[in-house]
Amino acid sequence: MAKKKPAKPKVAFYWCASCGGCEEAVVDLAEDLLDVASKIEIVLWPVALDFKRKDVEALDDGAIAVSFINGAVRLSEQEEMVRLLRRKSKLVVAFGSCAHLGGIPGLANFSSAPEVLRYVYQDLPSVDNPEGTLPQGAVETPHGTLTLPAFHDTVKTLDQVVEVDYFLPGCAPPPDLVLGAIEAILAGNLPEKGTVLSPNMALCDECPRRDSKPEVLEITEIKRVSTATPDPERCFLADGFVCMGPATRSGCGHRCIEANMPCRGCFGPLDGVADHGAKFLSAFASLLKGDDEESLARLAETLPDPAGTFYRFSLPASLLRRRKMEEAP
Amino acid sequence: MHEPRIVAFFCNWCTYSASDLAGASRLVYDPGVRVIRVMCSGRVDPQFVLKALAEGADGVLIGGCHLGDCHYQDGNRKTLKRFRLLRPVLRQMGVEDERVRLEWISASEGHRLQEVLEEMAEDLRRLGPWRTGHGEKEAG
Repeated sequence: MAKKKPAKPKVAFYWCASCGGCEEAVVDLAEDLLDVASKIEIVLWPVALDFKRKDVEALDDGAIAVSFINGAVRLSEQEEMVRLLRRKSKLVVAFGSCAHLGGIPGLANFSSAPEVLRYVYQDLPSVDNPEGTLPQGAVETPHGTLTLPAFHDTVKTLDQVVEVDYFLPGCAPPPDLVLGAIEAILAGNLPEKGTVLSPNMALCDECPRRDSKPEVLEITEIKRVSTATPDPERCFLADGFVCMGPATRSGCGHRCIEANMPCRGCFGPLDGVADHGAKFLSAFASLLKGDDEESLARLAETLPDPAGTFYRFSLPASLLRRRKMEEAP
Repeated sequence: MHEPRIVAFFCNWCTYSASDLAGASRLVYDPGVRVIRVMCSGRVDPQFVLKALAEGADGVLIGGCHLGDCHYQDGNRKTLKRFRLLRPVLRQMGVEDERVRLEWISASEGHRLQEVLEEMAEDLRRLGPWRTGHGEKEAG
């Protein structure tokens, strides 16, 4: 029987090391999702539809118009899936901070795989694991060998594993950017490959508080939202809160700022910046007030976990990528 | 024995002149030093330090004028501020203090320059090569 060629472009959604928030971002398209869904054929979406890996394997190479992949890559299974999707897709879009920069899961690059597993399965105060069982790669049982995907030491961004055509930044990407990206792809109205699909402008440029920024920013005390409440209208940096706006790409709709939360950098750097954390560090440090070594050292010491703060979303995408691995004993 | 590579960012007005003086005075320092002249130590973006380490340097030295002597008045104070925050970040990344140093060396201190570089080279020989060990390089 002759098979009718489907006219709708095939689209896949996949998740790797992520929290599920990016899936929410797709659902957040609300009524627009119905419109989009009527124009495409979804061939994979583990969170919502019952397609399996073998369904993707059965497709011709390049049969999928676009794969939206969220989450960082840490497991061997994730590597296999993104390689498979890359082969089957004309376009791959890194969807959200984790696929783009490593995101929050990328903070695990301050540790090694054994450290993570030991902490999560043994040392956490809430864990009850008297035998100290740890996940194993392969276990022999009477029913045969059971295997788990390998858990790598280093979390990677999507483009460190496969070629990525476009990046949709954000934790999670806001609906207007998602919709804009889908519409541009459906219309074939695409920017240059490798583009981050968000305005190449610092968040400060569109910050609703920008008029409250003083002529000269000087930080005499580093404050944190956990120990001090920011003024609801003044520039966070003017009051000593670490706000990554000066070094972070805009397009987020300043949702955090509206919620009285300083920018934490989920949209990543602007074009041409190799290391988001270092670039922000450079801007922030020059605001510190102090002329002598001693007072500067004292002020700098009041910021706990500077690397985790500056690289909150971008450690795997940074120049060093991770903390130095200890030599194997 | 691993021969360390040191990337050295020297400010045009003080430390670079000191390296000139060291040369004219025929002072010998470690051949693994690669000097990059910048107009001011304040030009040294923290990205430069990380990029040097990411691309095979074992150590990085930033050399500027003594505080108060900056040709641009306060460029080196900016360097100091950045360094004060960069240092704890580097520690968290596992970079030993000896690998990345900030030194004030004036144009007349050729001897001091030689001393610092020799000291660094010795420290780096002891520490061995720098690498984070993030695994095989992937296409992309």
